[in-house]
Amino acid sequence: MARIFAYIVHRGGAADDSAAELLAAARNIDSTVSPIAIVVGWGADLDAACDSLRASYSEIWKIANEALAYPNAELVRQALVSVLLPNSILLVPHDHFGIDLSPGLSIKLNSAFAPDVVGIDGVEGDFLKIVRQEFGGQVSAHVRCDISSGTVINIRPGAFKPGPSASGSGVVVDKSSAVGALEARRHYVETIVAEAGDVDITKHNVLVSIGRGIQEKENVTLAEELAEVLGAAVSCSRPVVDAKWMEKSRQVGSSGKTVKPKVYLAFGISGAFQHLAGIKGNPFLIAINKNPKAPIFQVADVGIVDDVLEFLPMLTDKVREMRGTSAK
Amino acid sequence: MEILVCARRVPDTSENEIEINAAGNDIERDELVYSMNEPDNYAVEEALQIRDRVGGNVTVVTVGGEDDEEILRRELAMGANRAVLISDDVFSGSDGRGIAAVLAAFVRQGHYDLILTGVQAEEGAAQVGGMLAALLDYPFASLVNSIVVEDGKLRVSREIESGNREINEIELPCVLSIQTGINEPRYVGMRGIRQVASLPIPTLGASDVGVDQAAVGGKAARAKRVDYFIPALSKGALILHRSREENAAQVLELVAAKGGLK
Repeated sequence: MARIFAYIVHRGGAADDSAAELLAAARNIDSTVSPIAIVVGWGADLDAACDSLRASYSEIWKIANEALAYPNAELVRQALVSVLLPNSILLVPHDHFGIDLSPGLSIKLNSAFAPDVVGIDGVEGDFLKIVRQEFGGQVSAHVRCDISSGTVINIRPGAFKPGPSASGSGVVVDKSSAVGALEARRHYVETIVAEAGDVDITKHNVLVSIGRGIQEKENVTLAEELAEVLGAAVSCSRPVVDAKWMEKSRQVGSSGKTVKPKVYLAFGISGAFQHLAGIKGNPFLIAINKNPKAPIFQVADVGIVDDVLEFLPMLTDKVREMRGTSAK
Repeated sequence: MEILVCARRVPDTSENEIEINAAGNDIERDELVYSMNEPDNYAVEEALQIRDRVGGNVTVVTVGGEDDEEILRRELAMGANRAVLISDDVFSGSDGRGIAAVLAAFVRQGHYDLILTGVQAEEGAAQVGGMLAALLDYPFASLVNSIVVEDGKLRVSREIESGNREINEIELPCVLSIQTGINEPRYVGMRGIRQVASLPIPTLGASDVGVDQAAVGGKAARAKRVDYFIPALSKGALILHRSREENAAQVLELVAAKGGLK
């Protein structure tokens, strides 16, 4: 059996939640093998991140290099090619960094690549059986992956539940000297933090959230009217921002805001995992969508198959009726 | 600037209820609405805007079958200078690496400063752009949501977590995968498509692009789909089946019960 490695994303000296999820995913490949954490970076943050992993990983490979102080995927790729053993299995979180790193890394390692993996059904001979989703999560697929010359596996964030942590006495091994000079034709300049919007959707108990099903900018008013009578805020999914119908600050999801309301009303939102990743705190989720196959119905508490453009005004009327105010 | 956009025609997931066929080895493709892969549409628009600012040409290429001419025609109507279909039976069953190998061979025959792909297609793999860059030894950046052309390089913004943006300088030639929302793609009507109806769309085969045939097709694929399935649900939503008015009343009761009314 090939060695299993987990690429650790870390910030400010702490490992990301994905570190524990990759450990759980590795156990689904082979429960008898302990995966090796690979941590790249520079300085005190790197040392602190390595130390924090000793409670869960039994072996931690540290790669310290000043050029890796910011994880530029082009440089990280070169470092990993230098240290990984032949035919390794490498697990990487399928986030903005993993999407940047892994496809090219698989080419340079001459390994197979399994992107956005949500399930692992184990190994049979040279083949790893994995589960993926396609068509926006409407259907799942089993994929057989030839791992005889290694594989890079991008794991969907949140798909694997972390198990109890193991030893507490992991060993940090310094592999920095295996990495030569790192040079790339892409250079990190800076990170620009998102501007705060007019409304802070993270502070609201009830969100009236709209997706592609709202169809036109003019229809956003239907959601605003409901939000007004409910005392809620309007949030949205990515297609609404892409179409410039709402500001980016209203977007819920992995590339937008993380919200923790009590009640989340999803109108015309299909339920892509990137959107669901932004909904935390287990709110009561009510979904209205005209497509009965929409993945949002798999995670909602209550669902209605209907046209949101018809249902929204009906619900607004019901609230006004209850409050005893007539329609404007 | 010579710009190449790699695009695909896909079933439109926002317009279709995707069903699995009886054999479980594919989706039901009869009566599906196909369209340009959405991120690819943004990539074409971005290429056209860059060309219009700095000059040059935009070529759009797709690896597929004759049905895919439809989107190439559409991209010519959007304003692309040239469209190429790469099609060959030996590509059947290729995985992402195989498609990237075909595109890499095509790129090596020409001269492109900038290669754009959409960030992902219907499989949600987000892989071909990064693989293509690695095969060509070009620098790569994914999830790009703005591009500024500077002297011999680009200043690009990547979409990272929480709406933040990561700014990078990247040397040319390079490969970028384009995120949706980077621009506002222009509308193409039937009239525009009719106007380019007579423009030639050359079709190239495996030997025309000079790809190593051992690198493509089902035999070379290391990742192979075994079947499609609908996962067993742990919970799933309680679906309300009554009239719209009754459903709305019940939703209101639920919102109130969960402490959602001020």
